[in-house]
Amino acid sequence: MYFITMLLLGLGALLGLFLSSRAVDSVIAFHGWMLVAFCVGFIFWMLRRGDNTGGPANPDSVVNYNDAVVRVGVVLSVFWGVVGFLVGLVIALQLAYPALNFDLPWTSFGRLRPLHTSAVIFAFGGNVLIMTSMHVVQRTCRARIAGGWAPWFVLLGYNLFIVIAASGYVLGVTQSKEYAEPEWYADIWLTLVWVAYLLVFLGTLWRRKEPHIYVANWFYLAFIATVAMLHIINNLAMPVSFFGAKSYIVWAGVQDALIQWWYAHNAVGFFLTAGFLGIMYYYVPKQADRPIYSYRLSIVHFWSLIFLYIWAGPHHLLYTALPDWAQTLGMTFSIMLWMPSWGGMINGLMTLSGAWDKLRTDPILRLLTISLAFYGMSTFEGPLMAIKTVNALSHYTDWTIGHVHSGALGWVGMVSFGAIYYMTPLVFNRKQLYSLRLVSVHFWLATIGIVLYAAAMWVSGILQGLMWRAYDSLGFLEYSFAETVEAMFPFYVIRALGGGLFVIGSWVMAYNVYRTARGHVRTERPYLAASEYAQA
Amino acid sequence: MVEHKEIDDVSGVETTGHEWDGIKELNSPMPRWWLGILYASIVWSIGYWIVYPAIPLVDSYTTGLFGYSSRAEVASEMDSVREAQAGHIAELRSASLEQIRTNPDLLEFALAGGRSAFNVNCSQCHGSGAQGFSGYPNLNDDEWLWGGTLDEIQYTIAHGARNEMDDDAHLSDMPAFLTDEILSREEIADTTQYVLQLSGGEYDAGAALQGAAIYDEQCAACHAEDGAGDNELGAPALNNAIWLYGGSAKAIAETISNSRSGVMPAWGGILDDVTVKQLAIYVHSLGGGQ
Repeated sequence: MYFITMLLLGLGALLGLFLSSRAVDSVIAFHGWMLVAFCVGFIFWMLRRGDNTGGPANPDSVVNYNDAVVRVGVVLSVFWGVVGFLVGLVIALQLAYPALNFDLPWTSFGRLRPLHTSAVIFAFGGNVLIMTSMHVVQRTCRARIAGGWAPWFVLLGYNLFIVIAASGYVLGVTQSKEYAEPEWYADIWLTLVWVAYLLVFLGTLWRRKEPHIYVANWFYLAFIATVAMLHIINNLAMPVSFFGAKSYIVWAGVQDALIQWWYAHNAVGFFLTAGFLGIMYYYVPKQADRPIYSYRLSIVHFWSLIFLYIWAGPHHLLYTALPDWAQTLGMTFSIMLWMPSWGGMINGLMTLSGAWDKLRTDPILRLLTISLAFYGMSTFEGPLMAIKTVNALSHYTDWTIGHVHSGALGWVGMVSFGAIYYMTPLVFNRKQLYSLRLVSVHFWLATIGIVLYAAAMWVSGILQGLMWRAYDSLGFLEYSFAETVEAMFPFYVIRALGGGLFVIGSWVMAYNVYRTARGHVRTERPYLAASEYAQA
Repeated sequence: MVEHKEIDDVSGVETTGHEWDGIKELNSPMPRWWLGILYASIVWSIGYWIVYPAIPLVDSYTTGLFGYSSRAEVASEMDSVREAQAGHIAELRSASLEQIRTNPDLLEFALAGGRSAFNVNCSQCHGSGAQGFSGYPNLNDDEWLWGGTLDEIQYTIAHGARNEMDDDAHLSDMPAFLTDEILSREEIADTTQYVLQLSGGEYDAGAALQGAAIYDEQCAACHAEDGAGDNELGAPALNNAIWLYGGSAKAIAETISNSRSGVMPAWGGILDDVTVKQLAIYVHSLGGGQ
């Protein structure tokens, strides 16, 4: 395994060298050198560490867990979260105050917007998924993660993909497919990383010491396997030159649109929903110290979610060139998806029964719980917006942006924060977090931020939709497009304010994680349970 | 591992006997309301598939009970709007602009249609309130480049200015006095002072006196001796404080040196005649129609 990894990295370095030497544009030359630097750096690091691929954070651990790779994943998650949220705030402000584009190509909205979406979904969300899945699969299988150096290749190789993608966007490289902007060579690299991820995960399940596979791992596995399929099919492309960045997608017209939204919708379904349900199924029962509410519910909602989600993509293309029958299927499968989605919320919230009092004393559990509330809200709103008559109003408006962010900030963000706070002391082998009070500060900053954000976008989206379709009594359009844009201004300012609070919250988290890693403990008023209050 | 079922103290429900890293599972039944809504949404969907187009076949698809099609739906909505407007549109087509202006019912319709068409087609350059921008005339005042009567406005909208779309577009170019080497920089500076004098601005009397002679020789043919301009030639009036490209000495000198030639598309080739008429009525009504 050691030598195979070494050999592959050597080949990667040669490929990077080859690409750079014959590059037809400067971006691919830059990215070729990046690949060389990554592979050579990795090889030197391996030579220095020999067979030491990382051990358990707690030296007393019975199982030889690899917590080192998870620890790096925690740090990367926090880093990308801070970066991704900040870029989001910048583009929110650009929409309110266009002068902030600075008339520079690299800082224009068109390039920073994919930078934001990729940084939060793939860099932050992806790192959280990879590092939690590596933690959860080891603990619930009572086995060390499989593959020796492979988990490191997965985590670091994935982050190389992110750097290639992000620097490409800023330099103007994109294949113009939403949430699939990276060009062909980045896509091939991600495919290699992802196959390694799948093998590492399956290998760990294979060597498990438990008779059954825990439900969190079903969700993680569905996420890994489906994302591989979505990524490969949606990104099939023909490069103009094998030494240049530009390529053309093989799909065309409405087929391209359908495949694109099949991909993008299931990126939401399997990346942001199934994957993060995997997180929920481990960290909620651990933090609440309660059994999962219903085994049967987890089976039925898992399989119904997996089966139904994959068909709902056409609801992004209602009232377009897509044939009516496909629109019907997209809409009806979205409606049927409502309860399977809610199954996860019920199982999470009901797991808290018998532990509700802990919400008062445990801000981490509070983060996990509110994430489930936001999950329930946005998975109700999703099917609602997929109904054709509702979609006729909501489509193309800010309502969609509000919907996405109540899910992304509320569900994905909050459940990730909960998991990060749970894991930080564990992977750095500390007794406790630096400060629980700061977790609470983060909770309130993020919650108020999301409420401001989502409320502003709901109002502005519905207003926008109503203004677009307004006709006067004589049958003429009531408003010009510019007038509808002007009406959005106050809501864009409120949205940026909410986003700003969310960003500040992420700084508080980064500070808390840093101090915890250093082994510091803040002197602060402890959280007391009701019974302890009586005694105090 | 031996499966070890136990009763959970809090809920009184039996566990499944599995345990992972301390996590157990209760064997609670699925909530009945949850299952009920799940089944109901499936039944509703099957019903929807029967009523609406849903199932793909080899080279067609099931069209549903009523043969619904979203294209037909939008076509029928558009038809009903067109039908409601058809009477007025027919009247507008045959009426002259003056007849429309004096018929309150037709005027109301033409103004509404003109405002809507203006928002969609004209506001990008002339502004949502027709207030104009530098290089794009304000349409709310009574200052006109190519004439402000209904017929003149209609002609300008239909044919535009200095475009390559329409042979009848307004044409006329002011010479670029510096680049074409007609005047020197000093002469342009003097002429600028005279133009400022004509417009009622602050000026240098000595330079303006020099400039007056140049103006009479070079500019008066189009802009008129008193600076009143000429709508036939699209020559703006210079004897007021309304400026298309700015009224500072610097902006005027720039105009004289390099000329200006704003372009407007010929909307007659893009919009139908009735819409152009409605636009003419609307623009005429904004405040400065003659």
